[in-house]
Amino acid sequence: MTVAIIDYGSGNLHSAQKAFERAAREAGLSIPIVVTADPDAVRRAERIVLPGVGAFADCRRGLDSVPGMVEAMTEAVRRDGKPFLGICVGMQLMASRGLEYSTTAGLDWIHGDVALIRPYDAALKIPHMGWNNLHPQAEHPLIADIPLGPSGQNAYFVHSYALTPADPQDVLALTDYGGPVTAIVAKDNMAGTQFHPEKSQKLGLKLIANFLGWRP
Amino acid sequence: MLKIRVIPCLDVKDGRVVKGVQFADLVDAGDPVEAAKAYDAAGADELTFLDITASHEERGTLLDVVQRTAEACFMPLTVGGGVRTVEDIRRLLLAGADKVSINTAAVTRRDFVREAAEKFGDQCIVVAIDAKKVSAGYPEKWEIFTHGGRNPTGIDAVDYAREVVSLGAGELLVTSMDKDGTKSGYDIGLMRTIADAVSVPVVASGGVGNLDDLVAGVRDGHASAVLAASIFHFGTYSVGEAKAHMAAAGLPMRMD
Repeated sequence: MTVAIIDYGSGNLHSAQKAFERAAREAGLSIPIVVTADPDAVRRAERIVLPGVGAFADCRRGLDSVPGMVEAMTEAVRRDGKPFLGICVGMQLMASRGLEYSTTAGLDWIHGDVALIRPYDAALKIPHMGWNNLHPQAEHPLIADIPLGPSGQNAYFVHSYALTPADPQDVLALTDYGGPVTAIVAKDNMAGTQFHPEKSQKLGLKLIANFLGWRP
Repeated sequence: MLKIRVIPCLDVKDGRVVKGVQFADLVDAGDPVEAAKAYDAAGADELTFLDITASHEERGTLLDVVQRTAEACFMPLTVGGGVRTVEDIRRLLLAGADKVSINTAAVTRRDFVREAAEKFGDQCIVVAIDAKKVSAGYPEKWEIFTHGGRNPTGIDAVDYAREVVSLGAGELLVTSMDKDGTKSGYDIGLMRTIADAVSVPVVASGGVGNLDDLVAGVRDGHASAVLAASIFHFGTYSVGEAKAHMAAAGLPMRMD
C-alpha cells in the first residue's frame, strides 16, 4: 500500500514527498510515499494527494493532460472511498468551478466556487501570503491534537483565490483575512487545505500525520 | 490573523554561505543547508537565498543547495540572484524553491515579469527592487539602481513598483541601497511609499541594526515582512528574540 502524490507538472513535488515521508516516520508509519503520473498507481494507492500551484485553469489543464488520471482519481476517491487530500490549488480543484481569469470546471467533489478573496479592509494585501491561524468549525481526525484558534499554531498560506463551499458543513476550518476564508474543507473521505501543510512546519507535519492515519 | 514574517537572508556563493553564519552549534557554518536547518529550528517564517555566484557555469551548485534545503526544511524558501530566463526560474522551482526573485532582468526587460508570472503564477514571482534616494525634498524620490547600487537607471522606484505588480509580481523585496550595510535602520520613507502604492506584500530589506528597526519597518514602513542578514548571522540577535521583540511591540507574530 502506498500514498500517491499526483504529479501532473504542477511544480516541485520532491519537498512535498519529503514532508510526507518525515510525517510518516515521526508517526511511526511505514508507508511508501510515491510521486506518480501513472493512473494505475493512483488506483492501487491506499491514499491520494493532489497538490497544485499556480492558476486554477492551468492546473486543470495539467491534470486533464495526463491520460486517464481524472478517471483513476474519481474511481479511487469517489467509488472506492480512499482517503484524499487536496493541497492549495489541488484543494481548489475539488470545487465545482474556478473563476480565476475565466470560468473553468473543477472536479465538483465539493459544490462551490473558487473566487478572488475580497478582504473588507482594502489595506490588506493580495495574495494572502504568510502564516495565519485556523479556526475549526467542527471536530475531525485531520486536525486532532493540533492547537488551533487565535492563539494556536499557524499554517502557511499563499493564494489570491479561495473555495467557498455551497454547503457550510463542508468547511472544516476557516482562517481570517479581512473576513472568513476557507482553510480546510472535508466531506466523507475527502479533505483539502488551502494552505501548504508541507510548508507549515509543526502544524503541517502533524496534519499530514493525521491524514496518513485517517480511516474515514 | 496574518502574521508579520521574519526572513533571514543567506548570501550564497559557489554553494557556500558568504561570511558564514555564526551559530554556536553548527557543524559547518559555511554550509547553507546547515544554516537553513538552524533558522528553521529557530522559528524563521521563511528563508531567502541570494546567489552571488559570479559565473553562470557554477550555478548548478545552487540547485543542489536548494534541493537539499527543501528536503530538510518544511518552510517557504525564496531564491534570487542572477535569475534571467524562464528556464532559470523553472530549474529553481523544480529544485524546491517556493518563490524566485528577479532583479536586474526585470529592470532591463519588464516583460520578463509577465512571462514568469503567466508561466508559474504570481504567487512565486518576487521582484527585487534596489533603490537609492535621489531627492530628499518633498516628495522624496528614489531611483532604481542595478549592479549592487553602482548603476543608475533613471527609473523612478515607485513607478517601477507599480509597473511590475501590474505585470504579475506577487511580492516585492525592497532594498534601500543607501541603507544596506549601514545598520542604521530601513529607509522607512521608501518602504512606506512603495507598500502604500501597491496591492501586494512588501518585504523590507537593507539597513537593520537592531530589533527596533524591524518594528519600524512594519509599523512605519508598512512592510508585510522584514528581511535581515547580518544581525542574525553574526548572532547579534536570534530569530526568536526578534519575533519576541516585535510581538512585545504589538505586532502579530507567529510564536509556535
